[in-house]
Amino acid sequence: MATILEESGFDASADLKVVGTNPIKHDGLDKVTGRAKFGADAFLPGMLIGKILRSPHAHANIKSIDTSKAEALPGVKAVITSADFPEKAQGTGPGDMSRNAMAREKALYDGHPVAAVAATSENIAKHALKLIEVEYEVLPHVIDPVEAMKDGAPILHDYLRTKGMEGVEDKPTNITERMVTESGDVKTGFEEADEIIDKEFDSKPMHQGYIEPQATIVDYSEDGQVEIWCCTQAPFVYRDRLSAVLDIDCNKINIQQSELGGGFGGKTGFYGEPLATLLSKKSSRPVKITLTRGEVFRGTGPVSGTSSKIKMGCTKEGKITAAQAELVFQTGPYTGSMYFNAPNAMFTRYALENIHVVSYEVVSNRPKVNAFRAPCVPQIVFGVEGIIDELARKIGMDPIEFRLKNAAKEGHTTIYGDTWGPVGFVETLEAAKKSDHYLAPVKPGEGRGLAAGFWFNRGGETAASLNLAPDGTVTIAVGTADVAGSRISISMMAAEELGIPVDQVRVKMADTNSLGFNRVTAGSRTTYSVGMVIVDSARKCIAELRRRAAGIWDVPEDGVVFEEGKCRPASSNVGEFEPLSISDLCKQTTMSDGPICGHSEMNVTGAGPGFGVHIVDVKVDDKTGRVDVTRYTVIQDCGKAIHPQQVEGQIQGGAIQGVGWALNEEYIYNEKGCLDNPTFLDYRMPVASDVPMVETDIVEVPNPKHPFGLRGVGEVPVVPTMAAVGNAIGDVVGIRPQSLPMSPPKLLEIIEHAKAEGVYKG
Amino acid sequence: MAKKAHITTTVNGDEYEFLCDPSQTLVDVLRNELELTGTKEGCSTGDCGACSVTINGDLVCSCLVLGVEVEGKEIETIEGMAGPEDDLHPLQQKFLEINGLQCGICTPGILVAAKSLLERNSDPTETEIRYWLAGNLCRCTGYDKIIRSVQAAAEEIREG
Repeated sequence: MATILEESGFDASADLKVVGTNPIKHDGLDKVTGRAKFGADAFLPGMLIGKILRSPHAHANIKSIDTSKAEALPGVKAVITSADFPEKAQGTGPGDMSRNAMAREKALYDGHPVAAVAATSENIAKHALKLIEVEYEVLPHVIDPVEAMKDGAPILHDYLRTKGMEGVEDKPTNITERMVTESGDVKTGFEEADEIIDKEFDSKPMHQGYIEPQATIVDYSEDGQVEIWCCTQAPFVYRDRLSAVLDIDCNKINIQQSELGGGFGGKTGFYGEPLATLLSKKSSRPVKITLTRGEVFRGTGPVSGTSSKIKMGCTKEGKITAAQAELVFQTGPYTGSMYFNAPNAMFTRYALENIHVVSYEVVSNRPKVNAFRAPCVPQIVFGVEGIIDELARKIGMDPIEFRLKNAAKEGHTTIYGDTWGPVGFVETLEAAKKSDHYLAPVKPGEGRGLAAGFWFNRGGETAASLNLAPDGTVTIAVGTADVAGSRISISMMAAEELGIPVDQVRVKMADTNSLGFNRVTAGSRTTYSVGMVIVDSARKCIAELRRRAAGIWDVPEDGVVFEEGKCRPASSNVGEFEPLSISDLCKQTTMSDGPICGHSEMNVTGAGPGFGVHIVDVKVDDKTGRVDVTRYTVIQDCGKAIHPQQVEGQIQGGAIQGVGWALNEEYIYNEKGCLDNPTFLDYRMPVASDVPMVETDIVEVPNPKHPFGLRGVGEVPVVPTMAAVGNAIGDVVGIRPQSLPMSPPKLLEIIEHAKAEGVYKG
Repeated sequence: MAKKAHITTTVNGDEYEFLCDPSQTLVDVLRNELELTGTKEGCSTGDCGACSVTINGDLVCSCLVLGVEVEGKEIETIEGMAGPEDDLHPLQQKFLEINGLQCGICTPGILVAAKSLLERNSDPTETEIRYWLAGNLCRCTGYDKIIRSVQAAAEEIREG
């Protein structure tokens, strides 16, 4: 049977009944009544509490660990160190994952786990941690990625050599990889330019900031079966990685994801799971590990801090002739920043011929990076869109006109080699130009900024199944996580395809034993990819329903059509038959060929690029350096909004996360390399009184590769945010900031300069 | 270890007895002793508001209250907000209709806090709602639809 990979059946004129409406999400009731079960909300009989001992040093050799006193404490049932992990070679995937979960030779950041205990109560477990004696040899540390690249910087791994610079110099380095991304000839491009701007930018790590700390319960049974309950964006990836790190067969590890209390990329890599597994194995009892907020900040992955040099040139007519950059990404002690997204995305949305980007990924003594919405892209776009704005100003062109003049359209071949089908960047810019916000005058004393962003959107390995019940209702099992409401969107697509009301469909996140591999729920892939396999599954069910009806009526299969949830004769020539509903047919499966279900497995392709334009107004207090965002508008192409209210919510949330990153959020390390702000009090995320409403305008340029035309939504809204806020601050202060976050101390300095130079407009 | 205290209290109108260590917080007792896990723990330092409950009508972060302090008190948690058979409070209904929640981890605390606001002020301005909820972090929504849900619930309550 053909799958929709070959033919999506997208029909722009289709009369959609469910897709595009806003039904209440099925998981909502449990969430407003307190019944929804998140990671920390489960208990098992005989369960122990696990706690983790963490390094107080940024960089130290571990000389010895003595756990004997902890083991002797009544109530302690297991103590583990790296010695309990199978040996995995340094510098390999499993070796890095094992060492990140539990330090082996060295502690590589403040908060790196060095031992863990399981005890009958939390108090006993905490007390036991104090009895573990670790002898450290403290080493010099390095956190800033540019410092870490310099000769003479403290070296994290003696074995590390730079990928992409093989044969240059055989000595230890902190640079994991150097990558060149290029097209055309920038030299010629810059020669053609009338205006060139060349600037440096930097950003600090920010944390994903999910409100639910990681929590897991692991039950390691006598016969080696491992049952895991945890909050994760990637149950199958956790399973496969645990298998690789702990040498346990994949089929003996079964992960049931809980409700997920926020992730934003930060729950794509595990922390407590391998420790709880070993503690449960050693104690022969279930073990629960719930991280504290301090542990979340100190021990789980913030995003990459960056340093960048970006140069762009344009003609006085407004054509960008060349773009060049050197980018440095901080990754924590191990590779995995996904920095390659940045050179591929930073200029993509503009049709540029001449690009040259050199990127470096650098290890340093901070927690290992984890993904965050559009990994590594927003902090670089902060610089790119600042320069774009300045070029527009220099040649006296409206910033939207300048972007329109350079906008990539259908048929554009990107720097990463894809040639685009229909894309909506021009439509998004045109909508921005006509928006109320852009047309409204800037209030006196305020500044306005605008910026544009792009994200690839993703597909990838996806497996799901759809089952029809005798009463005509439908259950769907998915292996992806629901990060913000995908269950209702998936239900809606199934209902649309099957011609039934959405309330007859329920989606369940299945455990890893029940389905084929599903890639992480990240990169704006879930509603798109699961939508593909669910529509495919529904179409397989429909084909089977038609076959069964044809059998009952004793007519050929092509004499039966499926419309509005019922099998009907294709024409009066076929005969006069009462329509058969899903329920009618599923009630008689005993007499026909058994249950009617559809399942589908794909490596989903065809994800359509997404674009957003953000417009921001700000007020800057020149006495305190405080910035107030007074108005915020997002215009974004989503292809097709399955559930428009949820799309708006994703956009609004992404934008406000970006506002936090723009103005406040950063990891602050002291001179010892220890994190100075591991609390929500000192790591200040936006609260309700900090921000305005976020106006949204959803543009729909359909992606014909998808049955309903959708693209992804979740990554794009954070991509241009900091750039837009930066451009707004630059508009009122007179000097555009180049360092993230644009926090009060930095802004006071900029305001002082701007006043001295006579450019301050506030 | 110190001896546990025997505490009698009322939660959502029901009498409860529990034994609690003198260092145990109220959120720990609610979740781990009484298994009322609707109240969430996001930070343990009173900064995120996920553990919001009321004690004798006062809105508190239950991570900043000790279990031993609630002897004889009346506690209200998210589990007590809807009537029998999911007879939802207008706030709960509006959060569903307007999509005032995404992942849902902050939702119980925000609903408890918002209910406490509306009991004091049935016609709050947007600014009043934003400042009242400034102690409740949400990372998913950007607050827009939360504020709109509270405004819609307030209107419904006013109109009876």
